[in-house]
Amino acid sequence: MARSIALNRRRAERGLESVPGDAERSALSLDRVIHERTRLGIVSALAVNSALSFSELKALLRTTDGNLSVHARKLETAEYVTCTKSFEGRVPRTQFRLTPAGRRALERYLNHMEALIRVTRAR
Amino acid sequence: MTQITPIRPPGASESRLHDHALNDIRFIRQTMERAGVFTAVPGWGQVVVGGTALAAAFFASRETTPALWLAVWSVEALAAALIGVAAMAHKARMAEVPLLSPSGRRFTLTFSLPLVAAAILTVALFRAGLYGLLPGMWLVLYGTAFVSGGAFSVPVVRAMGYCFMAIGVVALFVSHEWGNALMALSFGLGHIVFGLVIARKYGG
Repeated sequence: MARSIALNRRRAERGLESVPGDAERSALSLDRVIHERTRLGIVSALAVNSALSFSELKALLRTTDGNLSVHARKLETAEYVTCTKSFEGRVPRTQFRLTPAGRRALERYLNHMEALIRVTRAR
Repeated sequence: MTQITPIRPPGASESRLHDHALNDIRFIRQTMERAGVFTAVPGWGQVVVGGTALAAAFFASRETTPALWLAVWSVEALAAALIGVAAMAHKARMAEVPLLSPSGRRFTLTFSLPLVAAAILTVALFRAGLYGLLPGMWLVLYGTAFVSGGAFSVPVVRAMGYCFMAIGVVALFVSHEWGNALMALSFGLGHIVFGLVIARKYGG
């Protein structure tokens, strides 16, 4: 699992920028790590905040504890986000931050979507 | 020769891709806008406002007439508003989010309406000679602004609003001589303490 995500990320980072005229193929070469809605939401929210806690992300994305932790872990495995756990008094606090790789992945994803729109509109 | 009919009409998958891509971009933008509200309240700006409020409390306590006392606090309110807007704009620019995103506009509207009410009540109460009630009224409504605007922001913003409201209630029921001290405590120290918390935890 972890390996396949890391592989996927490397594949995405090698720059599978959309090939004009080949929309279908470029969609298949999408970065699967952030293609999923919750994960895309986490990365987008972290792109405009230096750090967000687990509960803030949960409220923001209107999702459940289980769902958020599963997707956050996938992003962590792909090294798109970092997660620090600490205690505030006795209350555990989990903070997420976007890594430079995560920011690049989001930019690439956005470029990709724009390219898709350009290509499909041009036809 | 048999004719091959495509199951999907040509172009259908492309228009699906097109819709999907548009949908994704819209989702990213909306998430960023909603998340951007977290950064809308500027911590460092509040620390500066706290400093000017402490100075205002000092000068206001030395004024002998109600009119001059009100003038000092009015100047402070104006200065705080200017600092607040400048700090919000600066923070939005740092985070590379638009200042007036739909959620930012919603925050600004809910935040500013109680303050407009406070300004109108200030004129009415002062004309009626009830200036002793002004500190309490200002604090309760300023707190209300943070609680209602804070509905779109992090919990600490609402907590700050409740603190201001509580101090305002105290101010309404104690002797008006306490007004300046309670405003120094809330507008001054309250802004500084909560401002530092916001700046430390929510990036500036």
